[in-house]
Amino acid sequence: MTATLIENARLIDPEAGTDAPGWLLIRAGRIAAVGREEAPPGAEERIDARGHCLAPGIVDWGVKIGEPGERHKESFRSAGRAAAAGGVTTLVTRPDTAPPLDNPEALEFVRRRAAEAAEVRIHPMAALTKGCAGAEMTEIGFLMDAGAVAFTDAFRVTGDARVLSRALAYARGLGALVVAHPQEPGLSRGAAATSGKFATLKGLPAVSPMAERMGIDRDIALVEMTGAAVHFDQITTARALPPLERAKRNGFDVTAGVCVHHLTLNELDVADYRTFFKLTPPLRAEEDRAAVVEALRSGLIDVLCSMHTPQDEESKRLPFEEAAAGAVGLETLLPAALRLYHAGALDLPALFRAMALNPARRLGLEAGTLREGAPADLVLFDPDAPFVLDRWKMQSKSKNTPFDGARLQGRVRGTWVGGRRVHGDA
Amino acid sequence: MGFTDRHLLGIEPLGPAAITEILDRADRYVALNRDPGRHADALAGATLINMFFESSTRTQASFELAGKRLGADVMNMAMQASSLSKGETLIDTATTLNAMGPDLLVVRHPHSGAVNLLAEKVTCAVLNAGDGRHEHPTQALLDALTIRRAKGRLHRLSVAICGDIAHSRVARSNILLLNRMESRVRLIAPPTLLPKGIEGFGVEVFEDMEEGLRDVDVVMMLRLQRERMDGGFVPSEREYYHRYGLDHDKLAFAKPDAIVMHPGPMNRGVEIDGTLADDINRSVIREQVEMGVAVRMAAMDLLARNWRAAEVPA
Repeated sequence: MTATLIENARLIDPEAGTDAPGWLLIRAGRIAAVGREEAPPGAEERIDARGHCLAPGIVDWGVKIGEPGERHKESFRSAGRAAAAGGVTTLVTRPDTAPPLDNPEALEFVRRRAAEAAEVRIHPMAALTKGCAGAEMTEIGFLMDAGAVAFTDAFRVTGDARVLSRALAYARGLGALVVAHPQEPGLSRGAAATSGKFATLKGLPAVSPMAERMGIDRDIALVEMTGAAVHFDQITTARALPPLERAKRNGFDVTAGVCVHHLTLNELDVADYRTFFKLTPPLRAEEDRAAVVEALRSGLIDVLCSMHTPQDEESKRLPFEEAAAGAVGLETLLPAALRLYHAGALDLPALFRAMALNPARRLGLEAGTLREGAPADLVLFDPDAPFVLDRWKMQSKSKNTPFDGARLQGRVRGTWVGGRRVHGDA
Repeated sequence: MGFTDRHLLGIEPLGPAAITEILDRADRYVALNRDPGRHADALAGATLINMFFESSTRTQASFELAGKRLGADVMNMAMQASSLSKGETLIDTATTLNAMGPDLLVVRHPHSGAVNLLAEKVTCAVLNAGDGRHEHPTQALLDALTIRRAKGRLHRLSVAICGDIAHSRVARSNILLLNRMESRVRLIAPPTLLPKGIEGFGVEVFEDMEEGLRDVDVVMMLRLQRERMDGGFVPSEREYYHRYGLDHDKLAFAKPDAIVMHPGPMNRGVEIDGTLADDINRSVIREQVEMGVAVRMAAMDLLARNWRAAEVPA
């Protein structure tokens, strides 16, 4: 049985909160040993990490893949390649496909396609309600048996609290995790921007940041009512943070995430109607961005993800209001997140707690750690290597990144899934 | 520096010198338009295409007349009825028309930013005839010309803009222009018709009309779309008229020589009293229409000058 030793590395351990030189030994697809002192002899393959960072592979929660229905935007194969190139070893996918993943047979299709086409791990989320339509709950039990790790209607928010309360109560009975999109659906209808001076200047229909606060308030009330476990997919405004903090303090089973775009960009980046910056929810004001960065730093927000949403050129080459929302992020999650590290907002163990350890723990996945015995899902990266992003060189089928032409720092030198190298050579 | 841009997409990028140059030239066209014997040829041999993705009889006619008076060949395209209904995208339509080699596209579109998008994709000059709730630069310029001719200046005036500010591109362009020319802008509207963050534009906001109109030099009324009067934004037509409709009584709070403006088309008895609209001592609404043609001629003339300057190697 071959063993691989990665030596001369800078080990980023989110569990211990350490960032220190060391080595890591892979055997039989798992982490066999980790150490700081002299590396053990006897490994068939030795890799010199040249002082670069070795961290648990990223667990990206909320990835949209175009299968079924929109394979021209992203297939399991292209998403798998993009993930490997971005140091993402686990994809937790969204069910808002066409048609939505709301039955065990559809999930079976996803598992088969994922296994045959992608080299990274793929765990699907399933729809919480049939067709993500917010009327009738799905077969949550069967879907769990078929491998669903969480239940969500993605960005479709039902205004019917009765439907949601029943789905939450039923999910609680099965121990299922529900992912909610905190948003008041009436207020956010038709919005393309966050309300404020910028949206008014540009004449864009806008939603108040208060709609997110109202969404989280309602959902937390339903958590209190049902005892369900809920993860909020994206918290993007300062006003949504106090209710989240209160809910956690009161011991409710809630966690929250944020997408890297809302941490590194703000509403002004839309500039002259640049549709690659149209997201759900919309990019926010600078004060909101700063508040959310602080919440991630303090641990109030648990998870950092890319909210990878591939869109083809046609759906973006439209007037801003008509253009599709969303951005790809698998390949830019790490370098974009490293902007926070270079800005001094978060250290690397904290970043990987949010990008790997916390999502894995919340979803019950064996990942996100450098502990001995864990699967060898790893990313080796140079956090300082500068580059200018060229979207046409990305692996994703869709090239809708807001970072096209941006100066970024941080290149992935190697990605391992279960001890197998899926990206990088030397 | 005057107006040197390739396109006229909004007031936002224009400085006071550019605005003044357009208005000065428009003044000359007012004189020319009033003289039946004279004729201009600034656009002789040029082709102008009016692309209206949102129907408008008045604005389209104004642009058509302006183009023809400058000697251009003018083509009108009613875009709702054409290729867009066959699924062609805005950009495809624009590049197709661009390939036919027009010199100037005059574009109106129901979505904010659509004209900017189109301007990025074509090689000819583009004039924004109104995009969504973003900008309507020639309307603001014709309003400015009307004010300047009535008041003798554009600075140190107090101008009240009343009505549906939230959905109005006319209001946005006027706020930008009047601020740039150093006049004071007051906005008067119920809270439901005021956009978020508008205080950040250097304006004073009033919900009470009489208070807002106090001692202003100019009262600019905005049209309230009928579909917004049925309880969605205001409770009813009659309550709106009672609180925000302009009549002689409310106008008495403004300066005695204050002028009344309206971009048209008017809803008589909704935002403005019919007899006030027709009062030639106060209302300059008909002058606005006349200034519209002159301002559009001036803008087209200067755009033509700018594209000809770009053609000659330096």
